[in-house]
Amino acid sequence: MRVSYLLKRIGLFFLVLWGAATLNFIIPRLSSADPIRERLSAMAVQSGYVQTGVEDMVRAYQQKFGLDQPLYMQYFRYLRDIFTFNFGYSLSLYPAKVLDLILNALPWTIGLLTVSTLIAFTLGTLFGALMAWPKAPKLVKSLASPFLTLSAIPHYLLGLILLYIFAFTLKKLPLYGGYPAGMVPNLSLSFIGTILQHSILPACSIVFVEMGFWALGMRSMMVTTEGEDYMLFAEARGLRSNFIFRNYALRNAMLPQYTSLALSIGRVVSGSLIVEIIFTYPGIGSLLYTAIKGSDYFVIYGVVFMVILTLGLATLVLDLVYPLLDPRIRYHQGA
Amino acid sequence: MGTIAVTPSAESVQMRGVGMERARTFRAYLRRNPTLIIGFILLLALIGIGVIGPFFVDTAQAQPATVPPDQHPSRAYPIGTDDQGRNLLAVVVVGLPLTMRMGFIAGTVGVGIGIILGFTAGYLGGIVDNVIRTTADILLTVPGLVVLIIIASTIKGSITVEQMALVVASLAWMWPTRTIRAQVLSLRERAYVQMAKMSGMKTPEIIFAELMPNLLPYLAASFVGSVGSAILASVGLEALGLGPQNAPTMGMTIYWFLSFNALIRGLWWWWITPIVLLALIFISLTLISVGLDEIANPRVRRAAR
Repeated sequence: MRVSYLLKRIGLFFLVLWGAATLNFIIPRLSSADPIRERLSAMAVQSGYVQTGVEDMVRAYQQKFGLDQPLYMQYFRYLRDIFTFNFGYSLSLYPAKVLDLILNALPWTIGLLTVSTLIAFTLGTLFGALMAWPKAPKLVKSLASPFLTLSAIPHYLLGLILLYIFAFTLKKLPLYGGYPAGMVPNLSLSFIGTILQHSILPACSIVFVEMGFWALGMRSMMVTTEGEDYMLFAEARGLRSNFIFRNYALRNAMLPQYTSLALSIGRVVSGSLIVEIIFTYPGIGSLLYTAIKGSDYFVIYGVVFMVILTLGLATLVLDLVYPLLDPRIRYHQGA
Repeated sequence: MGTIAVTPSAESVQMRGVGMERARTFRAYLRRNPTLIIGFILLLALIGIGVIGPFFVDTAQAQPATVPPDQHPSRAYPIGTDDQGRNLLAVVVVGLPLTMRMGFIAGTVGVGIGIILGFTAGYLGGIVDNVIRTTADILLTVPGLVVLIIIASTIKGSITVEQMALVVASLAWMWPTRTIRAQVLSLRERAYVQMAKMSGMKTPEIIFAELMPNLLPYLAASFVGSVGSAILASVGLEALGLGPQNAPTMGMTIYWFLSFNALIRGLWWWWITPIVLLALIFISLTLISVGLDEIANPRVRRAAR
């Protein structure tokens, strides 16, 4: 891997972050909505507080957050804050810091997504490869239409159906949450057991949909690979079918799957945010949902930035690993 | 599959001619590509609900507090009523077309921008191409829903169905741009394009007369894809509570039944309706795009066998 490629890719990563931060800064300022005034007025109405004091409080807060300074100063201040992860305080859970709320929720989402994406990717790729392999059993080939249907349905719709069948009707799995209400999160075996139990349904609703997606992609790549000359040559050499499948077809057809992995993460995350809401899973999606409901703008912006940061990191890692997997790219870069 | 089905003797075809012959080949082709037809029929049926429905159902009942709440499906309310007193059948008749229109507007705008940027990037190349491609690639890695959340949360509440469509469209152009650019790049070098260039055709003329017709199946497929992802994104935003509060779209129905815990309270008719309809929309769009893909990219046919 060349240093220039590495630098370029890392530069791109920071470009994405800067873009996300700037977007986060500009868009809210384009609208006339004033989160602080909105929030304070709402609180004043709720508690029957006299409106006159609100204006003073708004001014005090604006000074505190530097909103009375010129725009470019606000912008630099904002960039400095965001790159030091200082997202301010939650408006509805006041003393709580936005960063703490996010750090509590993030592991749940990352855990759920990593595990289910890996399972879906592995199973989907395998099924897809088998669906296009002439010597595979008929049963596997007939999976094409179910996979197509599954990949077409949004994650959360499948999630609702699974929730209804397995949790509500059959009562086999928990209805909501990431762990039982009374338990305090710890690292004991029994707690991990309940986490797994609570994660089965959310994970399944992601796995089934994504599996269909990977299987379809892999199948069409396999078909292309099977037409290659080296496949014919391998057969002519009398290599065993299993060997050709594993070392010739699978390995070559899989490469584009890795590239789509980086591109698919955005889609999976968008879907899983809503899956979390349906299962009241204590991750980023649920945090976002409560924040939107409570007009807690600082939490919304914080979550958005952290999601973009995490995904940027994930795609960066994938992009750096990819040349190691595909020698053609390595040579091309070195030439 | 190279040859067309047996042609009847040349004389008999002569006058009634080419049209019928074409229709026959077309039909023969459709028989080979059933995915496309099933998808289209499904989509037409869904559109039909919104067109024919208002003649049979009182659309005013799609608003809250017009019928008794939480009614089981019965003769008066074939698919029940929701917690706030909407007749769900009326919600479907009014809301399904709204949801589909939202996707249609966003898809059209997205593909429109995609066509402009894709052709510009692919045909001009150089710095323009680099900027457009990098921007599209960067935006593709960012989860669209999250960016849409910022936009939608600043105009929360008062948003209309059309504004919603435009918000979604703002991130619906990257895939079309990418695929169209790639196609233009490969077409640009073809002999007939070079020929047109040498014979003094102007760039816009080449794009519309030479490139565009060859890309039609691709454009159609990417349009269908964009409509699908636009609906997906808009339903996602609505489920989060960022949709048009007064419009009974399918996404808002999801938002309401989530807020009112319809699932745990056993109001199955309430949540099953939008789910089934949305699933049908997505399945029909996928079938159509797979079918179109087969037209655009004959290599896929090998996989289909």
